[in-house]
Amino acid sequence: MTIRKFLLAAGAALAIQAVVVPAQAVTLRYANQGDLKSLDPYTLNETTANAHLGHVYEGLTSRGKDLKVGPGLAEKWEVLDGAKKWRFHLRKNVKFQNGEPFTADDVIFSAERVRATGSNFQTRVPKDAKFVKVDDYTVDVELSSPNPIMVAQWDTWYIISKKWAEANNSTAPTPASATTPSYISLHANGTGPFSIESHQPGVKTVFKVNKGWWGKKEHNLDEIIFTPIPNAATRVAALLSGEVDVIEPVPVQDIPRVNSSADSKVLAGPELRTIFLGFDQSRDELLESNVKGKNPFKDVRVRHAFNIAIDKEAIKRSVMRGLSTPSALMIAPTLFTYSKDFKNPKFDSAAAKKLLADAGYPNGFEVGMDCPNDRYVNDAQICQAVVGMLARIGVKVNLNAQPKAQYFAKVLKSGGYKTSFFLLGWTPGTFDSHNVLNDLHGCRTENSPIGETNLGGYCNKKVDELTAKILVEADPKKRDLLIKEAYEITTGEYAYVPLHQQALSWGVKMNVNLVQRADNSVLLYWATKK
Amino acid sequence: MLAFIIRRIAQSLFVMAAVALIAFLMFRFVGDPVNQMVGIDTPQEEVARLRESLGLNDPAIVQFGRFVWNIVHFDFGISYQFRLPVTQLLAERAPATLELAVTAAIFALIVGVIMGVYCALNRDSWLARVFQAVSLVGVSLPTFLIGILLIYLFAVILGWLPSNGRGQVVKIGQWWTTGFLTGSGLKALILPAITLGLFQMTLIMRLVRAEMMEVMRTDYIKFAKARGLKTRSIHFGHALKNTLIPVITIAGLQLGSIIAFAIITETVFNWPGMGILFLKAVQNVDIPIMAAYLMLIGFLFVVINLAVDLAYGLVDPRLRVAMRA
Repeated sequence: MTIRKFLLAAGAALAIQAVVVPAQAVTLRYANQGDLKSLDPYTLNETTANAHLGHVYEGLTSRGKDLKVGPGLAEKWEVLDGAKKWRFHLRKNVKFQNGEPFTADDVIFSAERVRATGSNFQTRVPKDAKFVKVDDYTVDVELSSPNPIMVAQWDTWYIISKKWAEANNSTAPTPASATTPSYISLHANGTGPFSIESHQPGVKTVFKVNKGWWGKKEHNLDEIIFTPIPNAATRVAALLSGEVDVIEPVPVQDIPRVNSSADSKVLAGPELRTIFLGFDQSRDELLESNVKGKNPFKDVRVRHAFNIAIDKEAIKRSVMRGLSTPSALMIAPTLFTYSKDFKNPKFDSAAAKKLLADAGYPNGFEVGMDCPNDRYVNDAQICQAVVGMLARIGVKVNLNAQPKAQYFAKVLKSGGYKTSFFLLGWTPGTFDSHNVLNDLHGCRTENSPIGETNLGGYCNKKVDELTAKILVEADPKKRDLLIKEAYEITTGEYAYVPLHQQALSWGVKMNVNLVQRADNSVLLYWATKK
Repeated sequence: MLAFIIRRIAQSLFVMAAVALIAFLMFRFVGDPVNQMVGIDTPQEEVARLRESLGLNDPAIVQFGRFVWNIVHFDFGISYQFRLPVTQLLAERAPATLELAVTAAIFALIVGVIMGVYCALNRDSWLARVFQAVSLVGVSLPTFLIGILLIYLFAVILGWLPSNGRGQVVKIGQWWTTGFLTGSGLKALILPAITLGLFQMTLIMRLVRAEMMEVMRTDYIKFAKARGLKTRSIHFGHALKNTLIPVITIAGLQLGSIIAFAIITETVFNWPGMGILFLKAVQNVDIPIMAAYLMLIGFLFVVINLAVDLAYGLVDPRLRVAMRA
């Protein structure tokens, strides 16, 4: 064979191959500001991590595009005995990605593991819940007191294979103080629509479609490549240059830039997180203030004055560039039926000044404020705006804007609640008001988890009573009315200054279609790419 | 000579101990690691247990003792964020940083020397003036700005080069991954290497230019000219050779700082090296990674300085006499 003939033949062979090769695999490239730190689904309870692992692992329940609870690995369940006993009917013919079948044993194992020391999801499953295997596909959960919202967070309580975990020495969650790495923080074996092909922590994670998945596929992807890009400018550049298809988040100041490009756009929508200001109402004297011997925030008139001295619309306009929803409540309006009945108090600095004078502070006072500067959207700028607005009613705020690592160390319970006036954001993990009332409004007492994140120490026994009733009330109508009653008390007493729900902002290429869920979970099993 | 080496090594150990102490003191001010390790609605009971298990409740001196003890045993612990051994994380990231640093250093050396020589020989040409102006930009603009400008120009507007990452990498042996062997790997290297090397390049260019002009005035160059040697051989055979001695010293010493200052370049280009790992560790108060990284960089500088000192001894007989004393 001459060289020429050989080349011709080779060329022909190549040409044939080019025709035969099927359509290229669809790869979606996604960049987020945060890392996927550990693949162990019980290590860190954080929206981003939960969303990532939700492609691989599944819970007994699931949450849909509208956040409604639906069936997951449990096909259906019955609430018996006044919400003291739950019976779960598990889905049959479900296989873990290593081929093992999913059975009741895995549920019981996961229930133990999630409550073990080192798990960050211990509260997902009540401590007193007893899991009883009825048969291979039926599990009973017995409680000592009724709990109608037990499954509210079970969509992110991911089920792990018992056999696999035991075979790989991963029966216990990886503790932070571990001295040897665990297999499960680098490997995953779930029942979900994708499996993890490779994972280099902090660099790149590749997800491959799970062909044996039990559910109905709502995406057209073969592969997802996830890269963390912490630097905002780099992330936006990667989207604009077409190196990635989806980014989260787009900084507010870059939104016009992304929208003005020909082939990418910003998906924006209200998030569930409420950003608010809080006051220290528990100490007899504020830690950081020139008022000595008494605490001005114990006076409801002062809290009222702060509420009407802060112009939430102005914050929306100038700091958030229109991307926020001013809020009258401590919960996102979509999560509570009667939200519309609560209106924002009207902005009025003259009235605020008068209220301060009535409370005995005609010339205002000085107070220190704690604010994170790398946690929420434009957090430090919001605080600066608040400082300016309060200056108009004579209150001099000494702002301490600090990195979250230092901020949380100071203001949380572990730091002794060392704050007088602060900015915080909160999304109820259960998407339910009970969490807001219990964690942010409950009276703080020694050795009780109630009110642990109630940094200001607001306390009203009536609210606590209502909260306890709300927990066990099984009738949704009655429950909503109880919640409304509680919120009427807390907003009437100006327990906090709710500011707004910040906006979600995801950057996507025009050829990508995806569902933006309000809890900011980027779930690509609902994404299609042309 | 031996006494000199021993003395220098003892001094190096002292420096490392000082680095350890300063690093440890810093950790006490970066914030609380525990709050970064768990979600905000974690029960306080659990937070307290975590704190206890990490030994954060022990007195500072006990914590420092444990810290030094572990370092002496080359045990840098487990990353708080990733729950993986820090040595493994750093080892995985080291090839990325080293390849970037070496490429940047070579770029700086070659381009810097060429531009420097050109400027010295053609002092008044317009191109020399352009080089001088470029070098001013390189010295005065901060790295992250240069990086972002390059990204917008070459990745977003022109679309020639990737804006972030390492491209396709090839695994060599157990630990090393390289981007040198693939097209996308080489393309990905261009922008970050220029960004990282630009400052060193301008430094070298200015150094070469000044040294070269100095050398050109010396007697032996005049004599060479008088002998009628070719201009080429005078410039490159005699003058440049003598210019390069201080340049190599500086370039060697700068290699340490290129590796250390890769933090910013790596962040801008999302380059998966040790620097970006360190920066994220600072944000998340991942003390084991911070400690290991600082010790590593400290060690690098100490070693380079030690090597340079020893090399001086070999090169310069006057120093050898001093060493003996």
